[in-house]
Formats: sequence, structure tokens, C-alpha cells
Amino acid sequence: MDKKTLLELKKKAVRVRKHILDEVYSAQSGHPGGSLSSTEIFTYLFQNEMKLDPANPKWMDRDRFVLSKGHCAPGLYASLAVRGFFPEKDLTGFRSIDSYLQGHPSMKDVPGVDMSTGSLGQGISTAVGMALAGKLDKKDYRVFTLLGDGEIQEGQVWEALMSAAHYKLDNLTAFIDHNGLQIDGKISDVMCPEDVVEKFRAFCWNVIQIDGHDLEAIEAAVQAAKAIKGKPTMIVAETIKGKGVSYMEDVAGWHGMAPDEELYKKAIAELDEAMALLEVE
Amino acid sequence: MAEKIATRQAYGDALAEFGVDESIVVFDADLSKSTKTATFEKKYPERFFNMGIAEANMMCAAAGMSTCGKTVFASTFAIFAAGRACEQVRNSICYPNLNVKIGATHAGISVGEDGASHQMLEDIANMRALPNMVVISPADAVETRLAVKASIEHKGPVYLRLGRLNVPVIFDETYKFEIGKGVELKSGSDVTIIATGLLVHEAITAFDILAEKGISARIVNMPTIKPIDEDIIVKAAKETGAIVTAEEHNILGGLGSAVCEVVAEKCPVPVLRIGTKDKFGKSGKPALLMKEYELTDEDIVKKAEEVLKLK
Ligand SMILES: Cc1ncc(C[n+]2csc(CCOP(=O)(O)OP(=O)(O)O)c2C)c(N)n1
Ligand SMILES: [Mg+2]
Repeated sequence: MDKKTLLELKKKAVRVRKHILDEVYSAQSGHPGGSLSSTEIFTYLFQNEMKLDPANPKWMDRDRFVLSKGHCAPGLYASLAVRGFFPEKDLTGFRSIDSYLQGHPSMKDVPGVDMSTGSLGQGISTAVGMALAGKLDKKDYRVFTLLGDGEIQEGQVWEALMSAAHYKLDNLTAFIDHNGLQIDGKISDVMCPEDVVEKFRAFCWNVIQIDGHDLEAIEAAVQAAKAIKGKPTMIVAETIKGKGVSYMEDVAGWHGMAPDEELYKKAIAELDEAMALLEVE
Repeated sequence: MAEKIATRQAYGDALAEFGVDESIVVFDADLSKSTKTATFEKKYPERFFNMGIAEANMMCAAAGMSTCGKTVFASTFAIFAAGRACEQVRNSICYPNLNVKIGATHAGISVGEDGASHQMLEDIANMRALPNMVVISPADAVETRLAVKASIEHKGPVYLRLGRLNVPVIFDETYKFEIGKGVELKSGSDVTIIATGLLVHEAITAFDILAEKGISARIVNMPTIKPIDEDIIVKAAKETGAIVTAEEHNILGGLGSAVCEVVAEKCPVPVLRIGTKDKFGKSGKPALLMKEYELTDEDIVKKAEEVLKLK
């Protein structure tokens, strides 16, 4: 991507992060940590990559996205709003009784959500089904899905990986947000699934490891995935949970906790500062 | 004796028959020869996907594919469809109300020799509690074919409860099936037997035994457990004053429970339930198991006589 696009995307990423904070702060619940670690992935896909029509969210030939780690709905909703699927001002209704923005993604309620998720391990399987349908219908849409590194402890994920490789779903690209943390602490302490790169390779996936906060690296990986024939691609994105908010970074406690007013203001101030730096670039 | 065909066989045949519709896709989990989806596979190999022994993934992949405009039939044994993958069915199929049909074969104790691990006796209870789910338990091959057709026409999740055993064909070409409708097979005024699946045939033979004893029994076939036909239940309660339910399922949560819910709220009369009594099955010849678990026409007769005393 050119410099201008990159700068625009970086600004959008900050905008998405601010929205995530707004959503979780207004709901006083929700999941900031994993939403923030996935922000560049969300931003690249929704603002630069996916063929979508916000005016026609169910357009049959669109690219699909399944948030397999459904708890990161704040990041997804922010990205959909920034892309124009619904007004950004609706985001603060997140998780409230009058809002369509359910705590976890609901495809029947939220425009642009392609699959209802929240139960870890299921989303990637639904993405396999979508990719299989694309092959069956000889359509050229692509299917993207995003998993957590804790999520892959679910056995179903490996069933899905096996089936995607078996059916040679090269129209499927999965991301794993490799932030090293889950609810109860470090992945390596709770239940260590490493070496993930070797495991995905052993499941016959094309595996690309990148810095998950580097938009250009994400772009390069997605383009490489498109060029690979006969294999699905897993992009292992090395990230920092809570990225962009100093006190949340790499702290397991911010997985599913909302900041109080003081900490919220601090986070917004940090993000405003990040935006100001981008403005002068 | 009428011709005998297993409902799973009729299911496979119906898939092959209605499979001309190109939006129909069939998934199986390494049981296609048993669930009879192999019949569809033979005819439409490009629209058949074996997902391997991975039922959780299969249910969710079916959900994903259905969002792309397909009517997906996902098949495996009932124990794995409604047991192993129950939460996948709930969250990925029922919650988003997707067009996935679950063809669950080998339901009930009539599985026989395989024993308790394979005899699903709780599936109606599990599936009926899920919002958006339609639960159908056909009684014979004719009804199965019509249920498959109706499932294709219905937009949304359907659970088809099918059996392994060859069972008598009860209905002929004139039989009409509609989702949510019970069917009065025999009229009667003393007691109503409401049966589903394999037990419908037993109820019909029980009718003759009861008639010999001077008891006039109404026989109702209840193929759809959800949405249940409230009208036919209330009518039976009002007109016959006593009900016996009969199913090859735990007495907790199945047809018997569904009927009791309606009767208790709309028109209380005595109801007695035939079903497995909250215990697991075991290995054996199906006919012997049906006897041991008190699921025969004789058992229906006994329960009918008992319920009359409660009137
Ligand atoms: C099947 C299932 N089990 C448990 C949970 C509860 N849960 C929500 S998020 C989470 C941890 C996820 O960690 P990870 O996948 O690493 O996500 P991230 O770090 O990206 O937020 C758990 C256990 C769930 N949503 N689904
Ligand atoms: Mg994690």
C-alpha cells in the first residue's frame, strides 16, 4: 500500500481503538484486551481488503468474515461502523437492552455480521462451511476468520483445520491473534498449545508468521494467502493484548473488564495523542 | 404383514429424490452407509461432503454453508447429532435460525445390539428445548419422505428423528403430512393414545386389542413434537377425558412431556406416559428390548386400562 493509504489506515486503527474503549466503557462490560490486540487485523480487512457493500450487507458475492473469538465484538462492531454498515454513534449502545449490538456477534441483529459467534471453537468451522460453499458455487469471494490463541485449545478448531486442508480451501484465510494471554493468565501456564506454527503446518495449512500490529505485514500476508493454491492459510499474528492503552498492554486482567472513568479518560488521552502524532506525519 | 422399511432408508431415498434441487447439500460424519446419505452421494457426489468423525465441526460447517444459500442436511447418529454436537446445534444453527436440517438416525432403543452408548433416548428433550428448532419423528417410510420434503420447504432448522430398524409401512400415497399437525388415525371415545415414531405402529395394534376388551381408543399420530399440535391434544382431552402417550424416548422431556404441558395448561385430564423410564438402554435384539423396556402394544393396552381408572 502507498504511504497515504497506510497513514489513513493507521488513523482508522486509532479510531477503532477509541470506539472499543467507548463501547466497553459505556457498557461497563465487554472485552477490550483481545479487541485491541486484533485492531490492525480488523482495520486492514474491513477498511482495505474485503469486498463488501455496506448498503447491501447480505450481498451474495461479498467476502465473508467470521469472528471466531466472538468476545472481541467491540473491535468488529467498531470496524463495521467505520466501514459504514451502521452509525458510529450507535456503538455506545453496545450490550444495552435497547441496542442491536449484542454482547457477542449476532448475524440476525447486526448488519455486516456474517455469523453469530461467542462459543469459542465454532466460528472457524462455520467459515469452513462458507468457503466450501464458495468452492461448490465456483464463486471467487474469500472467507476470513479470526481466532484467539486460547481458543485453539478447543478440539473443534483442529477438526476444522483438518477439514479445511482436506477440501483444499485456498479461499479461506484464518488469523490467530497470538497475544499469549487468555482469561486465567498466560497461555503457556493454562494449557500450552505450542508450537502453533509447527502444528498448523502439520495440519497442512500454509502458515505465515507476522507482526500483527504491522498493517503492511498484514497486507503482504493476505496477498500471499490469495496467491497460494490448494491450501488454506493461517496467519499467526504476533500481538500484544490490550495494545494501544498503556495500562492494558500484556495484562490478562483486561481481557474482559471495563475501565472506570479515570482510566477511561487516560486511555482516550493516550489514543488522542497517538492520533495527534499521526496528524503531523 | 406390511412391507418393512427403516426410516433411515426412506430418508436416504428422499434425499436422492429431492436432491434434484441444486441448493441441497448433504454432510455426513463417516456414517453415510448407516445413515443412508450414501444414496444421495451416489447420485450427487459433488454436493455430498464427508466431514469425517468430527460432528461438532460438521454442524457448524453446515451452518456456515447454509448462510451461502444452501439447504444443508447434516447426518450422523442421533446420539452424536443431539448429544455430542448439542451446543453447536444451539449456538451456530438455532440461535441464528439457519437453514440446516439434521438427519439423525439410529434414535431410540431399537438400535439394538450396539447398546446404551448408541441408543439416543434424550434427543427429543434436547432438541425441543432449542428456540427455532422444529422436531419431527416420522412413523414410517411414507411419512419420512414427506417430512424430508416439508423440511426442505421449511426455512430454518429441523431435527429429523430417524430409526435404524426396518418398520412396517403404515401409510399409503394418500397420506398427508404437515409440520405441526397431528393425525387422527382411528377414532375413539374412551381414551386417546398419542404416539410418535416406532410406537405409532404399536398404538395401532393396541387399538384392536383394546377394542376386543370393549375400550374405544382414539389413536393419534404425532409426527411433529415441536411445534406440538395443541388443538388435537385439547380435543382429545375434552372428548375422551384420558390420554396415554407412547414414544421410544425417555419419559422425561419427550412427547409425553410435551403433551402433559398442553394438557396441564389447557384442559387437565389424566395422562400416563409410555417411554423409557429415565434409564439407559442395553444391548439386545430390538424386539426383546422393546418388551423389556415396556414399549409394546401390550404395554400401551395396560396403560390405557390404568388411565381409565383415573378418569
Ligand atoms: C466454548 C467456550 N468456552 C469458554 C468461553 C469463555 N471465554 C471467553 S473468552 C475466553 C478466553 C479466550 O482467550 P483467547 O482465545 O486467547 O482470546 P483473546 O486473548 O484474543 O481475547 C474464554 C475462556 C467461551 N466463550 N467459549
Ligand atoms: Mg489470547
